[in-house]
Amino acid sequence: MTESATGPAAAPVDDAGGMITRSEAGTPLLSCRDLTKTFSVAGGSITAVDSVSLDFPASSVLAVVGESGSGKSTLARMLLRLMPATSGTITFRDQDVTKIKGQELRSYWSEVQAVFQDPFASFNQFFTVGSLLRRSLKLAGVEKEEGDHLIEECLGYVGLTPKEALHKFPHQMSGGQRQRVMVARALMMRPTVLLADEATSMLDASLRVNVLNVLHDLRHELGLTVLFITHDIGQACYLADRVAVMEHGVVVERGSTEEVIFAPQAEYTKRLLADVPDLRGSLKHHA
Amino acid sequence: MSHATTPPAPASAGTKDRSGLLARVTDVRSVYGGGEQDFTAVDGVSLELGEGEILGLAGESGCGKTTLGNTLAMIAAPPLYVLSGTLEIDDEVIDLSTLSPADVKRHRPYRGSTVSMLPQGAMNAISPTVRIRSLVHDVMRAHRTGVSKDEALDRARDRLKMLEMPVRVLDSYAHQLSGGMKQRVITVISTLLDPRLLIADEPTSALDVSSQRMLVEMLLAMVEQRIMSGVVFVTHDLPVLSQVSDKLAIMNAGSIVEMGPTRQLVEDPQHPYTKKLLSSVLDPTAETRERGRDRARGGAPAPAPSTEEAR
Repeated sequence: MTESATGPAAAPVDDAGGMITRSEAGTPLLSCRDLTKTFSVAGGSITAVDSVSLDFPASSVLAVVGESGSGKSTLARMLLRLMPATSGTITFRDQDVTKIKGQELRSYWSEVQAVFQDPFASFNQFFTVGSLLRRSLKLAGVEKEEGDHLIEECLGYVGLTPKEALHKFPHQMSGGQRQRVMVARALMMRPTVLLADEATSMLDASLRVNVLNVLHDLRHELGLTVLFITHDIGQACYLADRVAVMEHGVVVERGSTEEVIFAPQAEYTKRLLADVPDLRGSLKHHA
Repeated sequence: MSHATTPPAPASAGTKDRSGLLARVTDVRSVYGGGEQDFTAVDGVSLELGEGEILGLAGESGCGKTTLGNTLAMIAAPPLYVLSGTLEIDDEVIDLSTLSPADVKRHRPYRGSTVSMLPQGAMNAISPTVRIRSLVHDVMRAHRTGVSKDEALDRARDRLKMLEMPVRVLDSYAHQLSGGMKQRVITVISTLLDPRLLIADEPTSALDVSSQRMLVEMLLAMVEQRIMSGVVFVTHDLPVLSQVSDKLAIMNAGSIVEMGPTRQLVEDPQHPYTKKLLSSVLDPTAETRERGRDRARGGAPAPAPSTEEAR
């Protein structure tokens, strides 16, 4: 199920693994091939991610959608090298980064940043937001003056000001505010690739649009590449160039956003789309 | 904190003919504080809910919807104080104000049976160290002294069967259930005492679309079967609300800015804040795709609504 095998054909291809692949994008900046993660559990094992091959061309947004437990977050953790893969390879700028360590791994992390779904678990509760952000910059070797400027700029991206965020401890902020600080922290490092794992799940609709717009802008202006993991297909529709649909650890369909969302081929994708609540529909009157 | 004088509770309604009205909420004022810097979270809200109706309460974080839910469920505790407000339900007028510990005690008989709360983050409400059956018994015993374990479990079993849920969940621990199942289990437990009114606070926010759908279908079935007679469904997720609710109330900065039948409010919003809120909804449609493409090309979207701005 490699990318090259599928070619640029517009017609859906149901490959040997049952995955439906349509049009593909250009040369990848980051890619994975046959990435697999198996967890040992009492009495056997569970394959959370099963032979996933995906490409992330520079300046593109790929959304990975699926239900809870479909393996989306495990995939992100492996791509971020926070979790070792059971098998398969990850390539970044044509270099195999599957098993890099030490300085090489730190360099990789300076370019590939992440925002995770649980903003409550993403902060050290004993430090203020200001000291956490400044520490990240210090570790990256950024001078204080430049760092302060970056912090102000990136908090501004997510609708926060240094005055309302920096002096607070994480527990003094709402879930939405913490999630916005997490987005700002990741952007502050000027990453090439951003892995956003349900990064807007705790935000209100309007703030969510604001954060998605920031990602649109950064991609447009700075060439940011984004892996956007979500169970909200509406967000994928607004932000992504391409969409991959995961079910039980397997990518069951992928293609351009238009192809996957407006002309789904896989039964699972169709079911997922059918379950999306329609603002102008009424379940009540059909129940 | 300068507590305003509690308005005298209106006399009991006395008459039963209220044209299918289940509950009437009048002039609720709730503040956070205890000193000079009181923050008014709910500012003079009044609502009406008919028998068998689901009222959707929507708004952004910080608009006061959860505080209003806590006030109606009579679980307000310091630093939240309810300065005024009444809930008229079943020919009884309940003074919602909580200006002294005696008020909190006064509300105890209504909690769980007249009004029950399905709290925000309910998925974390299940103790990881006990089976669901123990939780069921604890909840029943806390509200009805003398209820035996068998009685509590029989009731839970009947309810699960009625809702076509597997009875085996009673023998499970929390970690053995999926997120969606945990949320449905906690919904069943919240309604074991057959409350007249259920306050559901963001019950679907942490769920994926399939689990969301199962939960809203279950809530609809519960209302249909009159397990409860009405629901106030609090969320910032307008598409979910538009699916499940009969009426929508849009809340901003502690007040309700617009209220009406769901279809009418969604299709023809009148208040600028409602219009902005609706325009922020991203559903998987060609229109959303086009908006995204515009933005990707560098186009500027309409400014998003802000609670702070509205204040």
